[in-house]
Amino acid sequence: MRGAKSATWVAGAIIVAMAATACGGGGGDKGSKNDAGGVNPNGKFSVEVGEPQNPLQPANTMESNGSIVVRSLFAQLVDYDPQGKIVMVNAQSVDTKDNKTFTVTLKDGWTFHDGTPVTAESYVKAWNWAANINNAQTNASWFADIKGFEDVHPAKEGAKPKADAMSGLKVVDDKTFTIELTTPIPYFVYKLGYEVFSPLPESFYKDPKAAGENPVGNGPYQFVKWDHKKQIEVKRFDGYKGPDKAKNGGVIFKNYTGLEAAYEDLKSGNVDVLRQIGPKDLPVYRDDLGDRAVDQAYSAIQSIVPAFYSKQWKNVDPKVIQGLSMAIDRDTITKTVLQGTREPATGFVAKGVLGYQDNVGGDVFKYDPAKAKELIKAGGGVPGNKISIQYNADGGHKEWVEAVCNSISNATGIKCAGDSKADFQSDLDAREAHEVKSIYRSGWVLDYPVNANFIRDLYATTSAGNQSGFSNKELDSMIKKADIAPTLDESVKEYQAVEKKMVELMPAIPLWYYKVNAGYSENVSNVQYAQNGDPVLTGVEVKK
Amino acid sequence: MGRYVARRLLQMIPVFIGTTLLIFLMVYALPGDPVRALFGDKGADPTTVARIRHDLGLDQPILKQYWDYMTGIILHFDFGNQIASGRPVRDVLGEAFPVTIRLASLAFAIELVVGIALGVWAGMRAGKLADSLVLIFTLLLISVPVFVLGFIFKLVFAFQLGWMTPNVQDDTNYSQLLMPAIVLAALSLAYVARLTRTSIAENLRADYMRTAVAKGLPRRRVIGVHLMRNSMIPVVTFLGTDIGALMGGAVVTEGLFNIHGVGGTIYESILRREGTTLVGLVTVLVLVFLFTSLLVDLLYAVLDPRIRYA
Repeated sequence: MRGAKSATWVAGAIIVAMAATACGGGGGDKGSKNDAGGVNPNGKFSVEVGEPQNPLQPANTMESNGSIVVRSLFAQLVDYDPQGKIVMVNAQSVDTKDNKTFTVTLKDGWTFHDGTPVTAESYVKAWNWAANINNAQTNASWFADIKGFEDVHPAKEGAKPKADAMSGLKVVDDKTFTIELTTPIPYFVYKLGYEVFSPLPESFYKDPKAAGENPVGNGPYQFVKWDHKKQIEVKRFDGYKGPDKAKNGGVIFKNYTGLEAAYEDLKSGNVDVLRQIGPKDLPVYRDDLGDRAVDQAYSAIQSIVPAFYSKQWKNVDPKVIQGLSMAIDRDTITKTVLQGTREPATGFVAKGVLGYQDNVGGDVFKYDPAKAKELIKAGGGVPGNKISIQYNADGGHKEWVEAVCNSISNATGIKCAGDSKADFQSDLDAREAHEVKSIYRSGWVLDYPVNANFIRDLYATTSAGNQSGFSNKELDSMIKKADIAPTLDESVKEYQAVEKKMVELMPAIPLWYYKVNAGYSENVSNVQYAQNGDPVLTGVEVKK
Repeated sequence: MGRYVARRLLQMIPVFIGTTLLIFLMVYALPGDPVRALFGDKGADPTTVARIRHDLGLDQPILKQYWDYMTGIILHFDFGNQIASGRPVRDVLGEAFPVTIRLASLAFAIELVVGIALGVWAGMRAGKLADSLVLIFTLLLISVPVFVLGFIFKLVFAFQLGWMTPNVQDDTNYSQLLMPAIVLAALSLAYVARLTRTSIAENLRADYMRTAVAKGLPRRRVIGVHLMRNSMIPVVTFLGTDIGALMGGAVVTEGLFNIHGVGGTIYESILRREGTTLVGLVTVLVLVFLFTSLLVDLLYAVLDPRIRYA
């Protein structure tokens, strides 16, 4: 008995995972709340999230649980609309002549939640603080485009910063500052919409740690309190001057450890908005929720990437990779194994991104076993005639990896197996250390809605996101050319050409685009989902 | 007796050091770098990673880390800080344990009362219909996995009857904790009932029982004092170790009902490689186990006068 008990403890992790998939059930929807119509502009609603991993500092938040909260509390200079167009938020204008020096003018009358004004200094000081190596912010490398970054964030491990401010940032007056980059970037303005580029109030620097527990921002919502592991409460900031003023009284970010529990609470009216539906409930959620079920594409892509540093893929002919791509029956797998939660990919850039080209991959992304075999043969075959796909077992990838493997094996006769790593950490470790044996799984959600984000940040030789060791001189020079294009439109066009070239070079095999599968309760209406897959909190209307 | 207790308390020291060191080494041996994992799929900047590791003391040799950690606990009652959030582990423990203690004590009360009652009822009627009914009932509880039981409870009581919310909304509310507590108690309850039943049925035939009945003692006293007291020894042994198991082993139940207690925190700490948090949690659990087993041993002497500790 004692043995059995302690086994529960050790094996608990496995059982939780099993519990998630095993055992159907779920009762009927019995919601019949008094629906008087009408909207309560001061009503609060709740959203399912997990416990944020990091303190709520804008430059220190990367994972989704923290960033949805940080985004509600902080507003940046600009934002972009669903069409990918720039919208001015805190900035009156962001002007540039050469894509290298930008002049930012702020709008009048903006204040932080504590009443202090938002000035040019609020931005410049915040960015200098975040970039400084002494403050060890996980998103510090976002400032690397700005001149003088190496002085505050030396590339050598353990080195001390030479300055405490980046020379590229200059305050002109209270409402104006300039940003100078090391090289011109036509799409830099888009990056400014990321929460890393938030301003910070003066009170932050007295105790940054305490500020992470009790953040003061300039965004549409004001922080109320954080009951760790239970909920985070924010209320509407009435002094907010931005275009996306909240249409509700506030948000309660409710902590859930599992998606199943959150879904049950949605059905019983204890939580209002979900970001995701668990695999167990995917087959039934459309029937359960009716028109409150959400099924919509967002800008993220799943690929499998050959490890180009490995013996197997070192000097492989791209034709072989094209062949493998054609051996994957994306349509069937997304419909069956993935239950319609993904959409087959037709290119390297995800939908909803500026410069997305429909069907850029053409035949290379279509299932055609005969052609696949032919291409692989023409390219000299897969060395060893055997591949494996590395994935993390805790991410729900096993089923589709097996399906992809079966599809490849059936179409081409190449042996294929999944290479499972216990969890995401071990998977990352192997990728980082260049220890992947054959092919690995990789996912990418947009940082800014320009196609460069899906190309340069993943496949340029020196990019941090390039973990496969892929390197192609021609592609690099095309990317460089696209980066120095005089205008954004031209840069996007150049990058479209790069994407076309990538279909020939195949630095990865894109599989599918992600979709948001979520839902909301009868208490709320007008629930939209943004390009990063998160609900647009400010637009939600709470019913009376 | 006093010397025995003192000796037992002293023995706890090596056990305590040994278990914490083991856990510490095990976390260290797990593949995966918690600091690198903060960056997710996106590329990590090595300088920042090195800096965070340095700030947390993760670049020190493992034994030095262990030494610093233990001196922190013993001298300042300081369990260190979490890697990702930078919050003191003491705060994290302070949030998780009250929730779990509430849940575990409710579950413990249920298994104690219902388990012993069922056991006595069955034991007194050994071989009769009542005994068989209890046998079937406990067999059912033992064989159905916890999460299945949880789902059934939710389906019936939350969704069909609508008596309670499917998940715990407020973990200071005992009426909401009742359903998870019953699910958590179910397995142990079955064991307690069976242990009690066997023990009672056996002791019913003991000589001292015949003597007590022959002396003309009232039936309530015969059963309540003579029979129960002697039959409780195996049950107390089980209940003692079960306290620790209820506190640390409720991972599944806690996850199922969205309760943010010790079990879930342990699970999350393993996933995120939060070594300091994990060792802190386990340290407290080890202490709980050590003290309950001491308590159980002392209870033996109370229950059975023949047992003496020199």
